[in-house]
Amino acid sequence: MTAAVLDHDSADAHEEHPTSLRIDSRKLAIWTFIGSECLFFAALITTFVIYRNSHATGPGPKDVFEVPLVTAGTAVLLFSSFFVVMALNGAQEGNRKKLLLWLSLTVLCGCFFVGMQVYEFTGFMHKGMGYSTNLFATSFFTLTGFHGTHVAIGTLWLGTLLKDAYKGRIPPNKALNLEIAALYWHFVDVVWIIIFPVVYLMSLFAK
Amino acid sequence: MATAALDPAHATSPKRSVLVDWLTTVDHKKIGILYGASAFIFFLIGGLEAEVIRLQLMKPDTHLVSPEFYNQLFTMHGTTMIFLAVMPISAMFFNFFVPLLIGARDVAFPRLNAMSFWVFLLGGLFINASLLMNAAPNGGWFGYAPLSSRQYSPGVNMDFWALGLQILGIASLAAGVNFFTTILNMRAPGMTLMRMPMFVWSVLVTQVLVLLSFPVITIALVMLTADRNFHASFFSYNVAGGDPMLWQHLFWVFGHPEVYILIMPAFGIVSEILPVFSRKPLFGYSAMVFSMAFIAFLGFGVWSHHMFATGMGPLADSFFSLMTMLIAIPTGVKIFNWIGTLWGGSLQFKTPLYFALGFIAMFIMGGLSGVMHAVAPADLQQTDSYFVVAHFHYVLFGGSIFSLTAGAYYWWPKMFGRMLDEGLGKVHFWLMLIGFNLTFFPMHFVGLLGMPRRIYTYPSGLGFDGYNMASTIGALTLGVGFLVFIYNVIRTWRTGAHAPADPWGGATLEWAIPSPPQEWNFAVEPTVTEKDALWAMKRAAGVKVLPEPPLVSGKGIHLPSPSWWPLFTSFGILIFMVGIMVKGETHGFPFGPISVFGVLLTAFSIFKWSYQPVDHPTSH
Repeated sequence: MTAAVLDHDSADAHEEHPTSLRIDSRKLAIWTFIGSECLFFAALITTFVIYRNSHATGPGPKDVFEVPLVTAGTAVLLFSSFFVVMALNGAQEGNRKKLLLWLSLTVLCGCFFVGMQVYEFTGFMHKGMGYSTNLFATSFFTLTGFHGTHVAIGTLWLGTLLKDAYKGRIPPNKALNLEIAALYWHFVDVVWIIIFPVVYLMSLFAK
Repeated sequence: MATAALDPAHATSPKRSVLVDWLTTVDHKKIGILYGASAFIFFLIGGLEAEVIRLQLMKPDTHLVSPEFYNQLFTMHGTTMIFLAVMPISAMFFNFFVPLLIGARDVAFPRLNAMSFWVFLLGGLFINASLLMNAAPNGGWFGYAPLSSRQYSPGVNMDFWALGLQILGIASLAAGVNFFTTILNMRAPGMTLMRMPMFVWSVLVTQVLVLLSFPVITIALVMLTADRNFHASFFSYNVAGGDPMLWQHLFWVFGHPEVYILIMPAFGIVSEILPVFSRKPLFGYSAMVFSMAFIAFLGFGVWSHHMFATGMGPLADSFFSLMTMLIAIPTGVKIFNWIGTLWGGSLQFKTPLYFALGFIAMFIMGGLSGVMHAVAPADLQQTDSYFVVAHFHYVLFGGSIFSLTAGAYYWWPKMFGRMLDEGLGKVHFWLMLIGFNLTFFPMHFVGLLGMPRRIYTYPSGLGFDGYNMASTIGALTLGVGFLVFIYNVIRTWRTGAHAPADPWGGATLEWAIPSPPQEWNFAVEPTVTEKDALWAMKRAAGVKVLPEPPLVSGKGIHLPSPSWWPLFTSFGILIFMVGIMVKGETHGFPFGPISVFGVLLTAFSIFKWSYQPVDHPTSH
């Protein structure tokens, strides 16, 4: 009916407004973005695999990689994924202490990982492996550099949320703010779970 | 009942200057108009470049422009038409009509939508600024390595190209996330996926293509930028072992989905127009949906048919040949369904239908030469010749541009509240149809005779002369056709008849609301019970045309607030990219102070944006 199209008595504020898929649009959007990012990292990882053995000039994987250091970084990143789940749980329960504790730990893990990469990259420079030394180096730095940038952005994001949480701005009905960041954080971790074996372990144990 | 007609002061946000209003708008309709206006100007620039190219090729041994400038012309023509004309003109329709067609008040993320537009505009201006410096991109629109490397393209030309496309990619990806979410999540009650208008389906499929293909070109462009500016050698064949083929693979993994990004919205527009002007529903709705999805799916498995001439070997050639031929099946399904829609319909010969019919005919011809390219041995003969130029203009001009023009005539009344002149519209159509075929049909012959694409000039006596003369006359005819369109727009602006809400007897929800729509689109969210929602409402009311909807008060309706931050974020992104180019001339740390400033501005703007409240009631 035309009246049905035009009739209008009170405003329906869109907060209460159910979405078509009954999922918050921001959550759907971050999933969509993550889907797109998969292709982003797929292109980077593929390029690295193609150029992994292109180190006729300068050092190769076996000359520079320090697996214990990176294993530590990997572990820290994996734990942070668990920590952020605990923080989200705290936010949903309205448990401010729990939220602050676990979110702080997550941010610390993020900082540690970025610091680990800076340390690792500095070490590579000292061993004579610059960005353009050879294609192995270039594709390694491009891939892990982009991943590190993602971690840094995630850390910054979670740090901002930590500030909000400290000021009491993440009540249970706004836990979604943290959940979205957490989804991104998990994705960044998952990418590292692929990078660690493909880039470090397989390059070392290849012929 | 409907609230009484209202004083027009409520129709616009008061106490804001017009300029500020447009710079900070988050209204999807205004953003749509901004997209359309900017893209049309870019389209005219790209068209002008094409006319100069045709004048240069009109006769043998011509030296109208220098060879160096000619390289810039064809590169900029291709880049402009694809990224700055067809994509954003499609985006105009996405923006203006997707929310209206699904019965929503706006897109899911209005400010992100504004950012997409500003990033697009700044990216487009950035690429075109190169023309003023006589340093426009000159390596062809697909920027093949190693020609695009610093060694063979020493100027900043290809930096403008790589960084400009990078900027445009950000706009497309942001819009991709936004429209994918909007379509899935903002539909009016009862608008199930299989009740969505076909145009909305085409936009959904397009966004999937954008989301999965643009990340790959992003990486390819990062690598190209690294090669050119940071001494990397991803694509340079040298001692380090870089491989130019990697560029081709990465580019076409993006590039082939990209051509479907250009044509899918065209499919959607034509699928809206044909039912309305045939007075019967779209034939084979679900087959249309699935064939579109199938085309998109196959579109990711055919990229190497652009690379038959590189010698990939018989296995790869066969695979990509067969996959490419397979695409003819869903495409054929679509064409037969369009014809099935027309069949037995009560055809209303208005301008939009003319252009839609032109689309079908021209697109079939482009599709047929496409199948010829799918045959790898034949492609070896055709590749890089004018035959290819003929083919992709039949699908991109005969396909996309015809359909987008049809859409412009169809939706103009809804966008601006005035009817474009029918007589001038038909003059435009005939000039365009004749001019188009006169330009591009001879290119098939001259291509098979051996004229290479992108050639600066040619000697006489090779049998090229007549065909090229015909093409140039055709191109000028096309130009006249668009001048008629511009005249039509100007005349309509001043004296055009006011459009009713539903001038065509439309089938979809946008025709239920006033022309042009009020800021909040639907005062009350419509409820949808079946496909062709408006036709269903008319049937239920037992009328052919619903009574003219009155203007209503927007009091109390929550609308997203205007914001400066999308614009500032866009400037941050632009400054970052400019910084890379400026710094790219020197050695050392890749990011100079300009880039750092760009990053900081972007981060600051996003931060402020995040803490800005989303919406406000229109009541004051």
